[in-house]
Amino acid sequence: MDGEQHHHHSHAATSAHPGHHHLLTVEDLSVSFRMYDEDAPYFSAKQREVAVIENLSVSVHVGEIVAVVGASGSGKTLLADSIMGLFEPNALVSGRMWFDGEEMDAEGLARLRGHGISLVPQSVQNLDPLMKVGRQVEGFGARHGAAEAKAARERLFARYGLGPEVADMFPFQLSGGMARRVLLCCALADEPRLIVADEPTPGLDLPLAVRAMDDFRAFADDGGGVLLITHDIELALRVADRIAVFKDGTVVEETAVANFASPELLRSEFARELWHALPEHGFEAPVAQDDTAMHVGVGEQFTCSPTPRVAFKDEGRDEC
Amino acid sequence: MLRYAAGQVAKFVLLMLAVSLVTFALVSASPVDPAQANVGQAALASMGDAKRAQVASYWGSDLPFHERYLNWLAAALHGDFGTSLRFNAPVADVIATRAGNTLALMAVAWVVGGVLGFALGVAAGVRRGSRLDAAVKGYCYLLASTPVFWLALVLLVVFSVQLGWFPMGFSAPIGVASSDVTLADALHHMALPAITLSVTGVANIALHTREKTIDVMESDYVRFARTRGESTWGIVLRHGLRNLAMPAITLQFASISEIFGGSVLVEQVFSYPGLGQAAVTAGLGGDAALLAGIAVLSAALVFGGNLVANLLYGVVDPRIALRRGKLSAHAANETAEGGAL
Repeated sequence: MDGEQHHHHSHAATSAHPGHHHLLTVEDLSVSFRMYDEDAPYFSAKQREVAVIENLSVSVHVGEIVAVVGASGSGKTLLADSIMGLFEPNALVSGRMWFDGEEMDAEGLARLRGHGISLVPQSVQNLDPLMKVGRQVEGFGARHGAAEAKAARERLFARYGLGPEVADMFPFQLSGGMARRVLLCCALADEPRLIVADEPTPGLDLPLAVRAMDDFRAFADDGGGVLLITHDIELALRVADRIAVFKDGTVVEETAVANFASPELLRSEFARELWHALPEHGFEAPVAQDDTAMHVGVGEQFTCSPTPRVAFKDEGRDEC
Repeated sequence: MLRYAAGQVAKFVLLMLAVSLVTFALVSASPVDPAQANVGQAALASMGDAKRAQVASYWGSDLPFHERYLNWLAAALHGDFGTSLRFNAPVADVIATRAGNTLALMAVAWVVGGVLGFALGVAAGVRRGSRLDAAVKGYCYLLASTPVFWLALVLLVVFSVQLGWFPMGFSAPIGVASSDVTLADALHHMALPAITLSVTGVANIALHTREKTIDVMESDYVRFARTRGESTWGIVLRHGLRNLAMPAITLQFASISEIFGGSVLVEQVFSYPGLGQAAVTAGLGGDAALLAGIAVLSAALVFGGNLVANLLYGVVDPRIALRRGKLSAHAANETAEGGAL
C-alpha cells in the first residue's frame, strides 16, 4: 500500500509508470450541456448550461484496473463517451487528457477509437442486429487483412470458450453470458492498450461477475489498463486495484482498494460513509450530519440483494 | 411454408371477392343512371318505352344488384370479365391496351421515387441539422403538402404551355398511326406524367427514410461502431443500409397503392390513356364490369407488392427467417448455449 499522493491519487501495488507516465490521465474534465430551461414557459425558455461532470480527474496506470464507482444515472457513461471522444452536438467539454504520455485533443481521441482505446459496452444492444457476430468481432479496421482478422477472431473465440458456430449467429441468438464474451472479443480484436468497460456485468450475480472480471484482470496483467465504470462497489472492491469514487459529477476520492480496509485511510467523507455502509461493516447508514453537501444519506442510495451485496440504487437509465 | 402459402392464397381470394363486391355495390348505389349517362338525357327522353327498356337491359340497370353481381362473378370465375359497355369491347381487352401505359408510368415513378427518396432521406438523416438536411426537408414538406393534380397542372402550364418542351397530353402524337409511334415518342409523352408522380413519391419516402436513418444513427450499435473507429459513411454503408432495408422495403411496396391512386389523377390531367383514366370513365358512366375489372387488377397489384415485401423481410432479417423456418429464436439459443458450454 502506498499512501503517497500524486496527481490527486494514491497508488496501488500494481500501479506502474513505464516511461514515467500514466497510460491515461484525465484532468479537470468538465462536461455540460446547453439546453433550454425546462421549468420556464415554452416560448420564453432561455438556454442554460447544465453541468453533468465537473472538474473530474482520474488516472489509469499500466497493469491495473481502476473502478469508477458511482450511482447509475449520475453521468458515468458520459465519462466513457468523453474518453472515447464522442460528444453530443450540444455538449460543452473542457479539461485535459493524456494517453500514453501524449496530450490529446478531440481529433486525437477520435484517432484512438478502436486504435488504442476500446470500449466494452453493456449489452447485446451494441451489436448490429442484422450482422453475423463473427464479422462484427473481426471489425472493419483496415489495419490487417480479412484473413488475419478472421484468424485473430478464431483465437479469441477459442480463448473465451465461444464455439466456431457462434461466428455465424446473429446477436439475438446469443445468451447473456455469450453476449458478454462476444463484446469483450470485439474490444480485444482491436488490440487496445486501454479498455473502458461501461457497466459490463449487468444482471450477472457476483460469482459470474467476478469471473467476467478475471478476463479484464488477465488483460491488465498483460500490460493493458482497464477503466471499469460500475455502480457495484462490492464487485469493484474485489477485482479493482484502485477505486475512484464518483459523486455529483466528479471523483471525490481516487485511492487504492487496500485503503478501503479501514476508514482512517479514506480521505473523503463520502468514501468513509461508503465504507461504513458495506455489509461486512454492518450496513451502517450515516446519521444525518451537518453536512450540507450530503442531501441524501449514503444509506438511502444502497440496495441490498439476498446474497449480501451492495450496489448503488438505479436512478433511471444510465444515459448522459 | 405450405401453410403460409395456403394462407396467402385464401387471403387473396377473399380480397378479390370483397373488392369486386364493393365495386358493384358502389356502382349500383351511385346516383348515376348508366342508361341516362351513356345515351344522353335528351335522347333518352325522346325514346319510346320499348326502346328505353332495351337500353336499360343493355346497361343491366333493370336487374337487381345481387343478380348483376352473381352473373359477373360466375363469368369471371370462367375467365370472362364481361364487356365494357362504355368502350364496347371485352374488359380484358380494354385493360390490356391501357395497362401497358399505366404500368410503364407507375414503374418509372416507383423506381425513380424510391431510389431518389431513399438516397435523399439517408443523406439528410446522416447529416441531420445541416444545410442539405434543411433543403431536403423543405422540399419534402412542400411536395408532401401539394395535391398531385395541382402539381400536374403547374408542370403542364410551365413545361408544355410556356416552354413547349413536352406535349400537352396523350400517349402518342396526334395524327400519327399507332404503328408509326416510336419509342422516343412514347417516352416523350410519358415524361411529364412520370415526373409528376416521381416528384411527389420522393417526398414521402425521403421523409420516412430520414426519420429511420436518424433512429439508426442514434442507436447503441452505431455508437459502439464509432468507438471502434469506424467512419460515419463506413457506418452508413455497413450498418445503416442493412438496418434501413426493412423500413425501405415496407415503404417502397406500400407506395404502390399511392402511386396507383396518384396515376388516376395524373392521367386525367394529362389526358393520358391509362387505367386511371379508364377507371374515371367507367365510374362516371356506370360501367360496372370495367370498373370492377380495374379495381380487381389494382388490388391484385397492391396485394402482390405487399406479398413481395413480406417475402423480402425474411431475406433481410434473420429473425424473421428463423421464425418462418419453424426454428424459434429460443430453440436456437439453447442449442447454441449447449454447444458453447
